[in-house]
Amino acid sequence: MANILEVQNLVKNYGAFQAVKGVSFNIQEGEIFSLLGPNGAGKTTTISMLSTLYQPTSGDAQIAGHSIVKEPMQVKRAIGVVPQELALYEDLSAKENLVFWGQMYGLSGKALSARVDEVLEQIGLTDKARDKVKTYSGGMKRRVNIGVGLLHKPRLLFMDEPTVGIDPQSRRAILDTVKDLNQHGMTVLYTTHYMEEAEELSNRVGIIDHGELIAIGTQKELTKQVGENETLLLHIGEQEEPAALATALKGLPNVLDINVVNAEISVVTSSAKDILASVVGAANARGIKIHSIDIREPNLEAVFLHLTGRALRD
Amino acid sequence: MLKTFIIGFKDLKLAFRDRAALILMLAAPFLVTVGMGLVTGRFSGTDQSGALNIPVVVVNLDNDAIGNALVEVFNSSELADLLEPTASSDAEAARRQVDEDQIVAAIIIPAGFTQSVIPTNGVASSPIQIEFYANPSRPTSAGIIKTILDGFLARIDEMQIGGLTSITQLIASGKISPQEANQAGAEMGKRFEAGGTTYAETAAIKINSSTTATETNDFDPLAFFAPSMALMFLMYTVSYGGRSILAEETQGTLPRLLATPTTSVQILGGKIFGIFLTGLAQMLILIGASSLFFQLKWGDALGVVLLVCAAVFGATGWGLLITALARTPAQVGSVGTAVMLIFAVLGGSFFQLSNMPPIMQAFSKITPNAWALDGFSTLALGGKLAAIAPPITALLTMGLILFLISAALFGKKNLAQK
Ligand SMILES: Nc1ncnc2c1ncn2[C@@H]1O[C@H](COP(=O)(O)OP(=O)(O)O)[C@@H](O)[C@H]1O
Ligand SMILES: [Mg+2]
Repeated sequence: MANILEVQNLVKNYGAFQAVKGVSFNIQEGEIFSLLGPNGAGKTTTISMLSTLYQPTSGDAQIAGHSIVKEPMQVKRAIGVVPQELALYEDLSAKENLVFWGQMYGLSGKALSARVDEVLEQIGLTDKARDKVKTYSGGMKRRVNIGVGLLHKPRLLFMDEPTVGIDPQSRRAILDTVKDLNQHGMTVLYTTHYMEEAEELSNRVGIIDHGELIAIGTQKELTKQVGENETLLLHIGEQEEPAALATALKGLPNVLDINVVNAEISVVTSSAKDILASVVGAANARGIKIHSIDIREPNLEAVFLHLTGRALRD
Repeated sequence: MLKTFIIGFKDLKLAFRDRAALILMLAAPFLVTVGMGLVTGRFSGTDQSGALNIPVVVVNLDNDAIGNALVEVFNSSELADLLEPTASSDAEAARRQVDEDQIVAAIIIPAGFTQSVIPTNGVASSPIQIEFYANPSRPTSAGIIKTILDGFLARIDEMQIGGLTSITQLIASGKISPQEANQAGAEMGKRFEAGGTTYAETAAIKINSSTTATETNDFDPLAFFAPSMALMFLMYTVSYGGRSILAEETQGTLPRLLATPTTSVQILGGKIFGIFLTGLAQMLILIGASSLFFQLKWGDALGVVLLVCAAVFGATGWGLLITALARTPAQVGSVGTAVMLIFAVLGGSFFQLSNMPPIMQAFSKITPNAWALDGFSTLALGGKLAAIAPPITALLTMGLILFLISAALFGKKNLAQK
């Protein structure tokens, strides 16, 4: 499949601070590609450069064959953008917003009104189309925010954390919408700090941290990096001393790696079942109380942990 | 170009959906104009014909020659249609009746008044004042009574006796200052028209009997206040529009606009066009409303439209400059309000410029208010298109210069951001 997006060594400095440190990746026509990374990783900055809002400090990218630096207008026509923060006129209705933004994308007349009705249907707001956006719930506003990005049927849609801060149902609806759009042929660049979303949606995932793309591939390819291993997560009391226990656990058979984050010890093992008893025994021997134990199958969270030594969430 | 229009009309729509903005754009100037009209008595007593029968209480505590003479004047047959005088000896009760709006005014002639104005033994004691206690919400009627009173006192003056009155303000309403009431009352008494009935000039009263304001080319006070207030609040509208430029940034719609195939020149152009449209709509609505409700004559229609366009253009320039200099929408708001008030004072929206010191008159030239007000006065007094060419030229030049300065500032700002 052809690449609709090719990014080469994209860099963005804010003064002396380097927010994006030379990112390169491709997105194929028809796929959902997720950029997964914690807050402050550089997701929004990357998307802002790709949607021609920020001039890259260095590097370039081609979208549908057009350089984001040299041919911004052609790029803008090819992409749809759903910004992380709501960007709507709250005193206008959903329909008025869609009509206005459609006009900004050059639509007019019958084509515009037909497309607006279609999008309203798609985001499930046909009934409330004439109400002012400011009367909507958070989830409904998010849906309008997404709808605006769809009006001109872009070949590539950027969605920047579209599910942040909304209720589970709305989130479900949005994830389903993304999948539906993709099934109808839209290529999507989706950013998130929720591992589950990246896992559910994406064909391929890029893991971004501190402005660097530290891993890229399908979910299978990525989890393979941490092997077929499982992770035992031990939650111990805040006042306990995890270091001694961590050292002791390292010596156990089948334990491959240990990471300590605050009162959480993660034990990477080839078989969680087999070491469970010895782990609990080791803790008891040192008088350390375990509040709970989770067993994690290999997942993107584990990959992130493996690569950065930190948990995804903050 | 098309997108510029679409953005402009979007902003017009948003402004007219913002209740707070509507209050300041339309309700405030309209109400202040109405208020000024009430204070100057523009609305009362104009439609009545024949008998007016203004209720007035005369409290004669003097009971001496002059006091009695004044009572007689008020009860004279010539004034029978005009006044409905009641005699009383209780000053407090009379004041209360005014407070309660049962009567228009109370005239209280203090005890010893005659003695105080007629010098005894060749020595004039300091004269005691007659108290004129009036209801400021009835300026025309009060003005008529005041005129009668003044006429009487003038006659005493002619007799080389000092006569003084004082107007005690109604504290309850507290609408106008004593000076204003005095002026308003006197002026409006003159303006009184009683359906063509001419009251004979008596020695004590002189009531103007001119038939219509236009025939005598009388300047309607509203012809001053309506444009003054509209122009003052036009400055609010342009700073509101300027604020919306920065608000697009904070509400995320500016980045979103820039992500669409729309150039930044189209976007800024649209925002400016939106300010212009909103100001234009505001002015035309206010002018329409004052013509409709007050029968105010603005003068030559084409002249009015052209002058309004020029005034809005000049004011938009100021709105842009404020916006280009400010960092946040809130800053535009506060600076805009300050500029609105300063320009209103400086531009003669409150006080006639001709009464101001020359330095102020010179500074007033930087305000759209002064130029436009000048043009509106010219038109209202029957001036034609050619007569308002100077203010129109000045306003357009002002707008153009401010546009260029603001554009340079906006350009710099954008460069600094990237
Ligand atoms: N306009 C800016 N000026 C300075 N620093 C910024 C600016 N925008 C973002 N940053 C910084 O750049 C880093 C990446 O931010 P961002 O791209 O928003 O991350 P993400 O979207 O992944 O949460 C963060 O450390 C953030 O504080
Ligand atoms: Mg972000």
